[in-house]
Amino acid sequence: MEATIAIAGNPNSGKSSLFNTLTGARQHVGNYPGVTVEKKSGQHTFKECRFNIVDLPGTYSLTAYSLEELVARDFLINAGPSLVIDVVDAANLERNLYLAIQFMEIGIPVCIALNMMDVAEKRGIRVDVRKLSELLGVPVTATVARNGQGKEALMESARDLIRRQPPRPPFIISYGNDVDPVLEALTAKIQAAGLMTASYPPRWTALKFLERDEQVLKQARQADPTLSAEIEKQVDRLSVHLQETLNTYPELVIADYRYGFIKSLLKQGVVSFQGDPDRLFLSDKIDKIVTQRFIGPIIMAAVIYGLYYLTFTVSKTPVEWLEGFFKWLGVLTASHLSEGFLKSLIVSGIIDGVGSVLGFVPLVMFMFFGIALLDDSGYLARMAFMLDRVFRAFGLHGGSLMAFIVSGGIAGGCAVPGVMATRTLKSPRERLATLLTVPFMNCGAKLPVYALLVGAFFSQHEALMMALITVLAWIGALSAAKFLRVTLIKGAGMPFVMELPPYRVPTFKGLFLHTWERTVQYIKKAGTIILSISILLWAMMTFPQMPAAEKETFAQKKAALLAAAPAHVALELENSEEPTGISSEASELKDQIATLDAEQAEEALRHSIAGRIGAALEPISAFAGFDWRTNIALVAGFAAKEVVVSTLGTAYSLGEVDPEESGPLSEKLAETPGWRPLAALSLIVFTMFYAPCFASVVCICRESGSWKWGAFSMMFNTLLAFSLAVFVFQLGSALGF
Amino acid sequence: MSKLSLRKMHENQTGTIATITAQGELARRIRDMGLIPGAKITIRGRAPLIDPVALRVMGCTLTLRNNEADFINVDVEE
Repeated sequence: MEATIAIAGNPNSGKSSLFNTLTGARQHVGNYPGVTVEKKSGQHTFKECRFNIVDLPGTYSLTAYSLEELVARDFLINAGPSLVIDVVDAANLERNLYLAIQFMEIGIPVCIALNMMDVAEKRGIRVDVRKLSELLGVPVTATVARNGQGKEALMESARDLIRRQPPRPPFIISYGNDVDPVLEALTAKIQAAGLMTASYPPRWTALKFLERDEQVLKQARQADPTLSAEIEKQVDRLSVHLQETLNTYPELVIADYRYGFIKSLLKQGVVSFQGDPDRLFLSDKIDKIVTQRFIGPIIMAAVIYGLYYLTFTVSKTPVEWLEGFFKWLGVLTASHLSEGFLKSLIVSGIIDGVGSVLGFVPLVMFMFFGIALLDDSGYLARMAFMLDRVFRAFGLHGGSLMAFIVSGGIAGGCAVPGVMATRTLKSPRERLATLLTVPFMNCGAKLPVYALLVGAFFSQHEALMMALITVLAWIGALSAAKFLRVTLIKGAGMPFVMELPPYRVPTFKGLFLHTWERTVQYIKKAGTIILSISILLWAMMTFPQMPAAEKETFAQKKAALLAAAPAHVALELENSEEPTGISSEASELKDQIATLDAEQAEEALRHSIAGRIGAALEPISAFAGFDWRTNIALVAGFAAKEVVVSTLGTAYSLGEVDPEESGPLSEKLAETPGWRPLAALSLIVFTMFYAPCFASVVCICRESGSWKWGAFSMMFNTLLAFSLAVFVFQLGSALGF
Repeated sequence: MSKLSLRKMHENQTGTIATITAQGELARRIRDMGLIPGAKITIRGRAPLIDPVALRVMGCTLTLRNNEADFINVDVEE
């Protein structure tokens, strides 16, 4: 037998643990069509049955309130799984059953996994499993998903329920004297007209009309406008009646009756408490300290710093290994290919481009591990709770903090995992505003640019400048968020009503899976879109080539240099592989040739598309104090911000400059006319705010679900950066700096 | 017994939800999370900036912003 089983339940009910126990490592992670909600599926074999198991997003209800709820509902109705396993937290029955009865009302067979029985028992809560099953009319199995206890029995009851003939009669609860007659009438009408009866049970559709469910209303209006209008009128009449008599609304009466049904059911001896049900549990005791007014923020700062420190120090070595590997691969490839475009494409375009993204993999991995640790343990929710007031002032959510920190809220993060970290935010508007503004933070790639400019022009005040740069990034990001929230992403955020789940020790398996899934997604991206953009950028900086005549001039100059030098010196240089151990004359000749090569590289760059763009933009960029060289560097910086440094090196005829050792370039800039502290400041501001690097843009497109937001972030950020840079430069100039 | 807005309740105070005056989306969300008239709640604490508030209901801890708590009136023991 083969069948599809959906696993559903409240967040924090142990749904993911059960899914992991059932499917092991054979999981497939994807997205639900058209949305960014993760869809996990896997296989489970029980005796002779093969089950395809889908993990639905955790929800509290099945309204059209959040994306998660819509996704869960759509899957149950459209994909038509044979059965739903509803994971119910035994220690929290009342609210968990609220969702269970909504599953039952859809008419799909439901099996309840009464999970975390061990926790419930420790709390003195005893549940009569058989009685609960009897009263609800569905199979109930006690489980402890963390260690797989009850798994066999659960799957057995699931199998039996799928095979059961005839299926159970539909589940019906009463919604009271006001609602019931209307509900019956509407159901009859929907049934008679066949309104969407192919997809939904008529009574369910009627209920959704009463709840004024936007999604169902829209579909119904399309399917049968006259009948929908008639039904809506009837619902309005009921609504008016309820408001006049009871000062309430149909959807609220429905919710209250669902809870009433559960309450009366639990009262029939299903649950019994031993001891005081309100006594403080370990979790509450931890919260007394961890969210305390004064100690709380201090602990939070320490946790953030710890996460940061751990991520960047632990990942430093593997990142270096990977960077070393790609450098080695580049050198190796270069030595096996003859000079020409192919070599340049493979080495500079593909290996450097993809390498710069893959080099981040260890960092991304540790960062995700850290976030998974905070999330699974329950601390992340506390951080959101403590900081919500601050972030709300800017139209964001307490949960936005994590994304900002990861992106470089403390200088040195990375916007790619930062953008991906916004997934923990549930409210769409606040999430979008967060993911569009986190790239303003000072990621690790911007730091070499700051180091270069601060070193060249503000060497007396390095620490102060770096502190100012950090503060400026925060002010910029939060103001931009506020601006977006009152203009483009206007509208109230979601209600903050949120659960603080009990603290739990995360399971190693859960942490591993979370980290692994996200890392794989990141790597997949590097293989596709990022590869093509690397090639594009390479082409922009390579073509068109400088005219053959000019190339010839450089070759002649080089030949002339070699000819002018004494024969033995030229020979010595030709034969020596190592830069050391040659005579001073040979060394001097070598330097002269290097200077010439660098000049040629500068000319070549000037000729390329990127160079032409840079030159063409000079009249505009001059307002911010940038010449064509800076412009090229900024265009190239779209690949990764640290490339600004190496490209500036090429543009200033210093050859390729290692971003880690930019001393000579720093000196060169300091003595170049036209460069002054004000121009440097303007460039710092521009670098901070302009278009995110393409890896981030790709992430923004993915996470926002639309390439439009990626394009928007490139344009909006660049425009903002330019306005600010012009402001700084012009104001400074006017003040005589 | 006296009626009090949830915003005005102090830490560790216990009461029973009397009325919820919110409408639309917020009203439904509040109920979905287990805050219904007749439910017994206990204030667990407040965030360092006094807002939001954390409370205990039906065996779990929920958080609410103050402007959302304004819609909830609670019967408390004196």
